[in-house]
Amino acid sequence: MEIVRISESGHWVNECACRTRGIDSFGAAGIIEHIMNKSAKLAKLHHSLARYGLPADRPPVPLGNAAVDDVLGGGLRPGALHEVFARGWSGGGFAVLLALLAAGTKPLFWVRPDYEAMEYGALSPGGLLELGGDPRQLVMVRTRGSPDALSAAGDILACPHVGALLLELEGAPKCLDLVASRRLVLAAEESGVTVVMLRAGAIPQPSAALTRWQVASAASSPLDDDWGNPVFDAQLVRHRLGGLGRFLLTWNPEHGCFTDSSKEGADSGAVAAAPANRPAYPQARRAV
Amino acid sequence: MISQKANNTLTVYALEARAQKLGLTKGQPLANARAMVQPLAIMGCDEKADAALLESIADWCDRFTPLVSLDAPDGLFLDITGAAHLFGGETAMLATVIGGIARQGLAVQGAIAGTSLAAHALARYAPATIVPPGGEAQAVAPLPITALECDDKALRALRHAGLKSVGMVAGRLHSELSERLGAGFVTRLKVMLGASGQPLQPHRALPDLMAEQRFAEPIVTEEMIAASLLQLAQHLSAILEREGRGARHLEAAFFRADGKVARIVVRMGEPLRDPKVMLRLLRQRLDALADPLDPGFGFDLIRLEALLAEETKPATISFDSNENARRQIGFLVDRLAARFGDARVQRFVPQDTHIPEAQSAAVPAQDSDFDRQHWSLKRLPGDPPRRPLRLLEKPEEISVPLSEVPDGPPVRFRWRRAQFDIARAEGPERIAMEWWRSRGLTRDYFRVETRDGQRFWLYRDGLYRTDGLAPRWYLQGLFA
Repeated sequence: MEIVRISESGHWVNECACRTRGIDSFGAAGIIEHIMNKSAKLAKLHHSLARYGLPADRPPVPLGNAAVDDVLGGGLRPGALHEVFARGWSGGGFAVLLALLAAGTKPLFWVRPDYEAMEYGALSPGGLLELGGDPRQLVMVRTRGSPDALSAAGDILACPHVGALLLELEGAPKCLDLVASRRLVLAAEESGVTVVMLRAGAIPQPSAALTRWQVASAASSPLDDDWGNPVFDAQLVRHRLGGLGRFLLTWNPEHGCFTDSSKEGADSGAVAAAPANRPAYPQARRAV
Repeated sequence: MISQKANNTLTVYALEARAQKLGLTKGQPLANARAMVQPLAIMGCDEKADAALLESIADWCDRFTPLVSLDAPDGLFLDITGAAHLFGGETAMLATVIGGIARQGLAVQGAIAGTSLAAHALARYAPATIVPPGGEAQAVAPLPITALECDDKALRALRHAGLKSVGMVAGRLHSELSERLGAGFVTRLKVMLGASGQPLQPHRALPDLMAEQRFAEPIVTEEMIAASLLQLAQHLSAILEREGRGARHLEAAFFRADGKVARIVVRMGEPLRDPKVMLRLLRQRLDALADPLDPGFGFDLIRLEALLAEETKPATISFDSNENARRQIGFLVDRLAARFGDARVQRFVPQDTHIPEAQSAAVPAQDSDFDRQHWSLKRLPGDPPRRPLRLLEKPEEISVPLSEVPDGPPVRFRWRRAQFDIARAEGPERIAMEWWRSRGLTRDYFRVETRDGQRFWLYRDGLYRTDGLAPRWYLQGLFA
């Protein structure tokens, strides 16, 4: 996408240069300007080549926790695909919170096949409100199955006025292959809509996602005597633009951001170093 | 011959011409008919199938006029006011309608008159009559009094009085008749004589606006259909533009040459009049159909109706980016609704109740103004969430071995064949059912957290009682 846009503007620059040359009738100023334009164009081309395949530059959305934002390079990148693999019954909330953050004040579309509601419960707008979201910005799209969900996602990603898309898929549907995820990524880059894909009961497969998280719930802070804000044990297992890590994140519904759990309690929110030569997805261990 | 069970006896419901020649009549007890003629081919009547057939004929008749009314059990009214000239006058139109239905293998009779009851009687007793305006009284005069279709008692009374035709009845003073037979009879008589009108009950909702295209040769190919849809959309859009309105509900009706009618409906969140958008939504709906549009022998009429058209503000280009964004989202919702169905694209409205599962309702996202809804927070500022992010469709029963204290939270529970040990709990929050709506037990809700941080919303259905029966526990929600 980037390349195309640059070449368009390059064309325009060229035309400009020709016109100047025409007026100056091959004067030195015209030639110098032409060369300068050319070098600017080249620099742009270099830049775009270096970033080929990477998402366009858009200001990242900070999660609020300094450690995570540092690793992510400022926060969650908009116009990209983020995968969340949830373990347990409460881990999926992390994906919802990421989508809330990414959506900001714009509409949040939640696409899910009917089966999800039966298995994991239907969304309760009251619960979303309690977490600091606004039920008024939510549009729910229920589909019959995963193929429908993916094609609905395609439609939604075409509209740049959408804040974020939360795509909830159970297991490993056949239609969700590398091509499908690449298609989502391209559409998201084009429109700048962030996609958070919540996968429950699935093992990571190769995909075009920018980040991949493995999330489980964690015990709430010992400082709260009986019941605290939600805490997630979030492991960043894949990140195309930077480092990885494991974070203990507490959601603060009041401020609508993640805070550092380590500040609150004895739990340090330790960041375990992830292996540098990680495989794209963990090989299934076989007993010999 | 078809039999029907009426008043606990089998009677003749309908019979064909050959049986009529043998002297059998409608309404005769079946036993009598059997005694008169042997053998008889008898079938039981299926009123539902008859009604369905009548409906489908009515659908077919939609091609002549938008106002088709069912005259159950065996008749149809077509309001052809202002439509006859499109078919070459009343005589030609009647012939077209009768011919079209007869070609489908049905026995049919018809008549044209100024009022529904006159047409009804003439179609049955003097088929193919076309009554000139104001000529109803004269046209129905020679019909037998059975054409009045009054009950047996009234019929007997009329016969007693020596009245044999409708004309003779009409000759009597209305006050006499209403004294003897009731005011309803006179009203019917007046309608039949054309002295007063009776509104028709349309079989389908009348569209606000419509555009249609007829084809001399039925069209089959997808390109032709799309092209004619676009033309219709442009036509409809021009009408909408002229009236300053936009379509909210759009229906495309495809009339197949063999009588079948397929309809697709698209709903819009906002009044729409752009023909290209209309076409796109219609095509998306067509593509999403589970059984694709089968042209069969081709469509000979395609009609585009604006079932609901609303006033629009004059189209001005708004420079307000918020307004533009809102409209774009509206279009997106329309597109999704056209593809997946209105009920599958939802937004939420708060409900005024404290029963957790009823506190919000999911409604089609195209319906109303959602930005004005007011949602109220349950937790106090600074407190952790008090309501779960997800609610199970139905609370699921969990098995709880023992509570530490009778009114306290459980220590562990089993749900979906897994054991959960509770580390922390908060509660109870007591929610009583609404006695004026449903009778249910008071629920004591607990927010519990397992050792690994999974959070659930449990409730005990009812209180511990002295009789030793333990109340049941349910899991209703999952926290984030």
